[in-house]
Amino acid sequence: MKPIISINSLYKTYKSGFKALENISLDINKGEIFALLGPNGAGKTTLISIITGITIPTSGLVKVNNFDVIKNPINTKSVIGLVPQEVAIEPFETVLSSVKFSRGLFGKPQNSDYLKKILKQLSLWDKRNTKIIELSGGMKRRVLIAKALSHEPLVLFLDEPTAGVDVELRKDMWGIIRSLKENGVTIILTTHYIEEAEDLADRVGFINNGKISLIENKKQLIEKMGKKTLSIHINNSIKNIPNNLKKYKLEISNNGATLIYNYNINHDKTGITRLLNDLSNENIILKDIKTNQSSLEDIFVDIVGK
Amino acid sequence: MNFYAIKAIYLYEMSRTFRTISQSLIAPVISTILYFVVFGTAIGSKIENIEGISYGVFIVPGLVMLSVLMQSITNAAFAIYFPKFVGTINELLSAPVNTSDIILGYIGAATTKSFSIGVIILITAHIIVPINIVHPIYMILFLLLTCFAFSSFGFIIGLWAKNFEQLNLIPMLIITPLVFLGGSFYSISMLPAFWQKISMFNPVVYLISGFRWTFFNFSDFSFSISLFAIISFAILCNIIIFRMFKTGYKIRT
Repeated sequence: MKPIISINSLYKTYKSGFKALENISLDINKGEIFALLGPNGAGKTTLISIITGITIPTSGLVKVNNFDVIKNPINTKSVIGLVPQEVAIEPFETVLSSVKFSRGLFGKPQNSDYLKKILKQLSLWDKRNTKIIELSGGMKRRVLIAKALSHEPLVLFLDEPTAGVDVELRKDMWGIIRSLKENGVTIILTTHYIEEAEDLADRVGFINNGKISLIENKKQLIEKMGKKTLSIHINNSIKNIPNNLKKYKLEISNNGATLIYNYNINHDKTGITRLLNDLSNENIILKDIKTNQSSLEDIFVDIVGK
Repeated sequence: MNFYAIKAIYLYEMSRTFRTISQSLIAPVISTILYFVVFGTAIGSKIENIEGISYGVFIVPGLVMLSVLMQSITNAAFAIYFPKFVGTINELLSAPVNTSDIILGYIGAATTKSFSIGVIILITAHIIVPINIVHPIYMILFLLLTCFAFSSFGFIIGLWAKNFEQLNLIPMLIITPLVFLGGSFYSISMLPAFWQKISMFNPVVYLISGFRWTFFNFSDFSFSISLFAIISFAILCNIIIFRMFKTGYKIRT
């Protein structure tokens, strides 16, 4: 698939000397949801700002829809919608006039039906004549999304869209993001909520200290990096691991009532069958077994910690 | 050229004006009336006619200029400084607009606003002291040019300012004295020779002189000099704005 955004050897050093981005190369495919994960100050917003034309890169090439963001900014900007991290909207304007302004600014003739549709989708239609300053924080975020969508972008950047948003609204927003993807919009999402990426993204990139650590298909990533644990609950608790079972490096927990076995799903032999056989040979009676897979969060902590 | 963007910016800025219509229009009108009461009536009655024109009428062009310069600068400066302050400037920076679109939208709106205020002041003045404008077409043209040039200048200040103090610094510290010393309330020829020479270095002198010519057909300097000065100033300001957007100075990181 042809990438809609293509980034090559991108560097950004601020005047203060701070290296915000170092040698970033990344392709975003058309129609996917790409999650960019990283701690605060990792370079997520700088990367987005360069692609959207707000920040000037130090070196490197960024192309959006086959146009260079430096040489053809009008072409690249017109297909991008940006939902900024900070809730910055003119406070004294009404919702509708703010959204209309954005549509005009991006060079589109007014289309009341379309604006009505997105305002309804974002549950903002009833508030269309309300001043922004009178809206709750969550509503303001919705207005930002409406503004970004007002000009029918091909690519939508969501810079921490659910930061400081309550659980219900967060689920609503995820629903909105999914329906946008169904409409063919490419979505790039930055977040430090792992569950958000896990729930939404097709692919995940990790960024830390201005460098991309890993770009993977989310499922493959979890499988590849995913350690699994098998928790074995037994009838009669034990204090010591029998000699025949020592090779499995079992951990004892729950006062001897649970044995924990770590394995990797990607190995040809996980050792589970042999373990269960050996447990039976030792006359250990099983009550229950449970497996746990690493979440993106575990992987994230693992990568950021390195 | 992004026509829809120019229209969007222009209408957005104008709607801001209508939202604050009382501050936008009433304040300059009241202050003009005050100037007339104090300078035109109280003090003016003790002053002789200048070139056959009563003092109350003589100060009208200067008063209009005083308000128009201040309004142009503060409107345009605020129009771009506020988005910087609130953070909505990022939307403008990420939008597919050229510098010329931004100038036409923002500075066009500021020009419209200060031009309207100039006309309203003129009408207010006309009610108090009947005025006969000798060159009305030149008057409108010159007023429009001045509004545009100083709105451009204000836009630069708004882009440059880091805080609200800086935003007010130049209008208060530089423009007010230049306007007061620029012959708003007197003819340069009334000054001693030494101060006349000093006044030549005050750019506002040429503005007021030129504007006064369109009213009374007499001035301290030739009208073409004034016209040249204001056009040059407008071009210079716009070159600076283009440079600022191109290099991102004070705008992009």
